Amino acid sequence: MILGGKRPGWTRGLKPSDFIAPAVLLSITIAIPFISYDQSRGAFPDGNIAGTFSFYTAFLVTVGVYALLTLALNIQWGYTGVINFGVLAFFMLGAYTTAIITKGDPQGDFTDYIGGWGDNLDLIPALATDQWLPFVVATAAAAFAAGLLAFLVAFPTLRLREDYLAIATIGIAEVMRRVVIEERWMLNGSRGLTGVPQPLGNLVDQSDYKYLNVVIIGIVVIIVFFALERAVRSPWGRVLLGLRDDEEATAASGKNVFAFKTQSFVLGAAIMGIGGSMYAYAFSALSPDAFTHLFATFIFWAMLMVGGSGNNKGAIAGAYVVWGLWTISLQMQGYELGDIIESRMSYIRGLLLGAAIVGVLLIRPLGLLPQERRVSSWVERRVKKERSARAPPAET
Amino acid sequence: MTETQAAPLLEAKNVVAGYVSEVDILHGVSITVHGGEMVAIVGPNGAGKSTLLRAIFGLLAARRGQISLKGQDITNRAPDELVLRGLSYVPQVDNIFPSLTILENLEMGAFIREEGLAERVDYILSLFSDLADRRGEKAGRLSGGQRQMLALGRALMLDPDVLLLDEPSASLSPKMVDMIFDRIKMINAEGTGILLVEQNAREALSVCHRGYVLAMGENRLEGEAKGLLDNEEVGKLYLGA
Amino acid sequence: MATTQKISSDLGDRLRDFRRAAGNVAGGGGLWAAIIIFTIWAAFAERDALTVGIVLGAILALGAVGLTLIFGVLKFAHFAHGDSMMLSAFIAWLLLNGIIVGERAGSETTLLPVTVNDLPGADNAIWQFSFGYGLIVAMLLTAVLTAGMMVAIDRVVYRRLRKRRSGIVIFAIASLGLAFVMRSVILIFWGPTPRLYTPGIRNRIDLPFDVSVLADQLFILAAAFVVTAIVYVLLFRTKLGKAMRAMADNPDLARISGIDTDRIITWTWVVAGFLIAVAGVLLALQAHLDSELGFTLLLPLFAAAIVGGLGNPQGALVGGFVVGITQEVAVTFDFLSPGYKFSVAFAILILILLVRPRGLFGERS
Repeated sequence: MILGGKRPGWTRGLKPSDFIAPAVLLSITIAIPFISYDQSRGAFPDGNIAGTFSFYTAFLVTVGVYALLTLALNIQWGYTGVINFGVLAFFMLGAYTTAIITKGDPQGDFTDYIGGWGDNLDLIPALATDQWLPFVVATAAAAFAAGLLAFLVAFPTLRLREDYLAIATIGIAEVMRRVVIEERWMLNGSRGLTGVPQPLGNLVDQSDYKYLNVVIIGIVVIIVFFALERAVRSPWGRVLLGLRDDEEATAASGKNVFAFKTQSFVLGAAIMGIGGSMYAYAFSALSPDAFTHLFATFIFWAMLMVGGSGNNKGAIAGAYVVWGLWTISLQMQGYELGDIIESRMSYIRGLLLGAAIVGVLLIRPLGLLPQERRVSSWVERRVKKERSARAPPAET
Repeated sequence: MTETQAAPLLEAKNVVAGYVSEVDILHGVSITVHGGEMVAIVGPNGAGKSTLLRAIFGLLAARRGQISLKGQDITNRAPDELVLRGLSYVPQVDNIFPSLTILENLEMGAFIREEGLAERVDYILSLFSDLADRRGEKAGRLSGGQRQMLALGRALMLDPDVLLLDEPSASLSPKMVDMIFDRIKMINAEGTGILLVEQNAREALSVCHRGYVLAMGENRLEGEAKGLLDNEEVGKLYLGA
Repeated sequence: MATTQKISSDLGDRLRDFRRAAGNVAGGGGLWAAIIIFTIWAAFAERDALTVGIVLGAILALGAVGLTLIFGVLKFAHFAHGDSMMLSAFIAWLLLNGIIVGERAGSETTLLPVTVNDLPGADNAIWQFSFGYGLIVAMLLTAVLTAGMMVAIDRVVYRRLRKRRSGIVIFAIASLGLAFVMRSVILIFWGPTPRLYTPGIRNRIDLPFDVSVLADQLFILAAAFVVTAIVYVLLFRTKLGKAMRAMADNPDLARISGIDTDRIITWTWVVAGFLIAVAGVLLALQAHLDSELGFTLLLPLFAAAIVGGLGNPQGALVGGFVVGITQEVAVTFDFLSPGYKFSVAFAILILILLVRPRGLFGERS
């Protein structure tokens, strides 16, 4: 309450523009259930809360996966200024690595792939290892594979200009897709891989798995988020920021620019691998056609730009907002929009996505949640200590 | 003694400028160049000598102060306007187009006014005979001294009233330095005013008529070049004698 | 961390030494020798693939020259180049047929009341080609439209970023966004199914030395040659061209010399737009019109430009042929199926970056 003309302490320093982000996030959070509620009314005349809840959960699962990928891209681009137009490669590699480790042997005449060690990883049946061990191994392997690929790609390219890396990453994405499609013996080609087992899948019914899944993914996102937050406030993280802001100065101070860039690139790629892994668990089916440049690279750039590059919270917010808008527009196809728009809806979405990236760059390059001023955690703690030492005793 | 001491050809009054928004390099510098004069600006590193030239030529915003050419205000005008009005600038580094031929380099100097191009080219090449034999060669293949000549030549293509030179002798051998200053004197004899920034203060002051000593972004001394040269204080404090 | 740093810096040193040694051997002489030997071998062993490679190479060369010009003058990697080419191809198609996708999927509506094919005899096939003079008229009209489009995009997007002194990476990202906008425009107006300018069988011509080529491909080569000659004259014999090269060398000095850099930039987009349109139409003539092709084409385009030396137009020309020929011939090998063509381009790119990053014609910086 405003008493005696004084504003409460927590409102000090707030500007109107600070309300944009929460407003956007809130509107989307309301819009999605609302629209799905509206839609499902036709199918479920009574009590469609459950349907709405289910829809929102499925939405969050996808947001979680995409948040991981956007966070990863944020490390590479937002914090270090390394440009990766081939997120697809690491995403796909992570997903497929996970699939071949957790799945059993190929079944049937039309399925052919390497790996299939899932059944062999039930090492300690007493601890129900088939429920978690293959998945831990698979996700770790996904991270490792993606990281290794990143290391190999970085080598010839990171030393040169940033745009060379961008082109090289497009190349690696193309090669990855090609290999999966052409070498059918390896990963079943265009037919894709289905029936990827899901972690802790035995605990709930298949139809309810999404509720468990969202918790698993949520935990992974939270862990990764906090780990990255620690990393960027560490001395290592500060060097990354120095690289992004002024590479020459950082190099002049004796830091091995190439080493830091590679580390950041590899770390980001590893997290993309984890994201791919989560994708495989969530959807249980993989196909090269699902990994298009739009959905596996470009959309994450849009998410990062919109949310705020250089800011981990921004990365997550961006994933939420962009996928939210995407989902809302998907839902709105249920409404009568006229054939002329409906038949092209997905293309119009693609256009808006592209326009969003350009628009954000032109109008609000900082995104929804602009990057915070960099402070190291050591300095933060010192400042807090000094402030509490000097502050007057709390009034009761 | 120079002819016209009356109206200054080029005048900068109390110029304040800097590269980064919070930091000023120049804290109110004033210089004048009269018609037919050769003026040197010398001083220690970081004095703001090059910054002054860039501010005069519109490459850097003058935050305060006034710059005028032939009596007309040219503060913060764009380079292409200044070239038309008779001002020309030779940067210290990267002052030629390496993948263009010598001839093409000179043509670029006359880009905005093509009349009499061929005559100007001939005149410039007669001034720098080394370049004349190689006019079809790529400028990137030239030696340091030849590049400097070409840089000068490019700036002279439109017969400017005043020529701004940023350390023309930098990284040249002593023989080349002599040659370059020789050429600059010849150019000045033809009537072009010269404003010369130099690290090599001794050489600069010995060819110029007048000089300014700058330090920490401010005027410190000025006067007849010979007088500055002989001045011991100058030698000790500012010229690193 | 310290040990990984040491390992990677040791590896880095070793790579640098290898590269220096390899660059001295492979650089210039060695690479040229490899290219020439490979081409001669292909002329005997895989003549058909070589022929297609030359045609594709001509198209890539045109695209790469535009790309390298943009890189030289505007200093950024234009990731919308491939999709611009494809969009131009579709615009030409529209000018010829006047049709866009209709309200429902699978239907078509006519957008233009009058099309180029309405001109008398415009779609009567010339000689053995699959098209009439209509295609040429449409191509030239499209070139004008594309030039206008690129200039407009520059005004709205890139110029604002230039005023803000944005880094090259921001431009690259913006162009990526625009690439997707263009791709979506293609999909919105013409849908996902590939199209051809003229459906049906195309005539083959038998040339001496057992070379068999499509009549259309001869046109492609001729058109590419003509356009290249025009660009050459522009760059080396006109004031504008020299100013463009000057700006590519040293934009600051260009400004200092009094050159109106904004105007030169606008003209660069005009020239690039022409090259994009012609390359796009020729590409669609050789392959087909397809929304997917544009983005993946970036790989061979950039490979060609980098092989030649980014910023160097002659290099882009040679690079286009190198990449085109290598792509087509390489997939005749057993272990590479045709789907790998663009992956071959990528392999060439990586190889060049390892061995001679400045490209065949690039200057050591």
